[in-house]
Amino acid sequence: MRIFDPHIHMTSRTTDDYEAMYAAGVRAVVEPSFWLGQPRTDPASFYDYFDALLGWEPFRAAQYGIAHHCTLALNPKEANDPRCRPVLDALPRYLAKDCVVAVGEIGYDSMTPAEDTAVAAQLQLAAAHGLPALVHTPHRDKLAGLHRTLDVVRESSLPVERVLLDHLNETTVEHAKDSGCWLGFSVYPDTKMDEDRMVTILKTYGTEKILVNSAADWGKSDPLKTRKVADAMLAAGFGEDDVDQVLWRNPAAFYGLSGRLRLDVPKPEGLHEGNSVLRGGE
Amino acid sequence: MTHPLPWTRAEVEALLPDDAARAWLAEALADAACVPTAPPTAPAPYAADTWELRFAAAGRHCGHDNADAVRTLLLTEAQAGPETLTRLYRHGSAAERRAVLWALPTLVDGPHALHLVEDALRSNDTRLVAAAVGPYTAVHLDPHAWRHAVLKCLFTGVTLDAVASLARRAAGDGELARMLTDYAAERTAAGREVPDDLGRVLTLTGEEPKEL
Repeated sequence: MRIFDPHIHMTSRTTDDYEAMYAAGVRAVVEPSFWLGQPRTDPASFYDYFDALLGWEPFRAAQYGIAHHCTLALNPKEANDPRCRPVLDALPRYLAKDCVVAVGEIGYDSMTPAEDTAVAAQLQLAAAHGLPALVHTPHRDKLAGLHRTLDVVRESSLPVERVLLDHLNETTVEHAKDSGCWLGFSVYPDTKMDEDRMVTILKTYGTEKILVNSAADWGKSDPLKTRKVADAMLAAGFGEDDVDQVLWRNPAAFYGLSGRLRLDVPKPEGLHEGNSVLRGGE
Repeated sequence: MTHPLPWTRAEVEALLPDDAARAWLAEALADAACVPTAPPTAPAPYAADTWELRFAAAGRHCGHDNADAVRTLLLTEAQAGPETLTRLYRHGSAAERRAVLWALPTLVDGPHALHLVEDALRSNDTRLVAAAVGPYTAVHLDPHAWRHAVLKCLFTGVTLDAVASLARRAAGDGELARMLTDYAAERTAAGREVPDDLGRVLTLTGEEPKEL
């Protein structure tokens, strides 16, 4: 079984996670830039973070046989801090990089005017750079947030077929599907979706244009949720081809819209015996 | 120019997969060649389609296997000085940084780009470490930092074949010999293998190996 986790924050995860993910079948991940739990107060903090997503994290992932790409953006939460807003001006030079396969995560947090501006500007950036966009739906006031998100998407020059709406659930899936966007679901231990509810959604809405992710990060989360959904699908009577569509072909097709997806990770060379390449002598 | 070019234009063109890539390269090189004669009067770092954006996108247009060659050639064509090289390095992905490091011996005569080498040697990305121990480093890096670079290669599994002028710089370096001997002792005490390359460079120092 091959698995592509289309939304996971590996910066917050350990090498044990990479090892377990590989063993579970994960061969590709996309890491969207987001906030780090601790607010940043300077654009330079973002640039160091972007550099990590463009260099260090793919290097780490490759050592465990996993292809790593990223999506870059000013996230909605920090878009509200005027100190961070210059990041928007610097984004174009980062969006030109090989490993960037979408603009994201963008979307709404508290639905403020500053968030309106950031979402609209970054949808335009996606259109201008030939990239799709990963748009998350807010945790609070989700349905209203989805409506507002879809309005901004429709006003932008980015076609809905190049937009992935994420963190969807039972209350938002219908509207999201009607919009023509790709549909993303995050499966979590306590919040968001769980495996069985995910299977019910797949039974109701089919397997087309649906992506499942672990969205694992620095909070309570599980980087193996993608595999657990695959197992739950098989147990519920879905075939292996359905599983492959949802957990590999759909994310590969969506991020493939960038023309930059490279899933052929060279086998890691020289994991130095008895010594950690990762730690490098420190 | 202190060293011959790593890749000539003809060599790079021969690597490219098709006419579209060759046409892209021709435009990019023309774009880059304009830079020294017509420097921008005002900074416009985010303008689309400058040669610096092409520098980032080289792999997508010319094939990822050819990206190093194309990027290095672009830097040469633009006659990128330390200021430009520093900006491209700071703004670059790991692959772009590697191209900057490889272009240093061709483009920078003095030690004023050493900060880029030092930055790469602080990283733990073996692609950068390997690119940071080339001919420019062999000429300019001070002995203390150079010894640590050699040791870091051994630590991180970067082959010492990547270290330019290894024999010349190691010759007669008693301090390097001591560091290598101590490292070997540490590995042995932990029951771990001593990297093969360690013995090779120890021999190159010409110092008498102490008890390993």
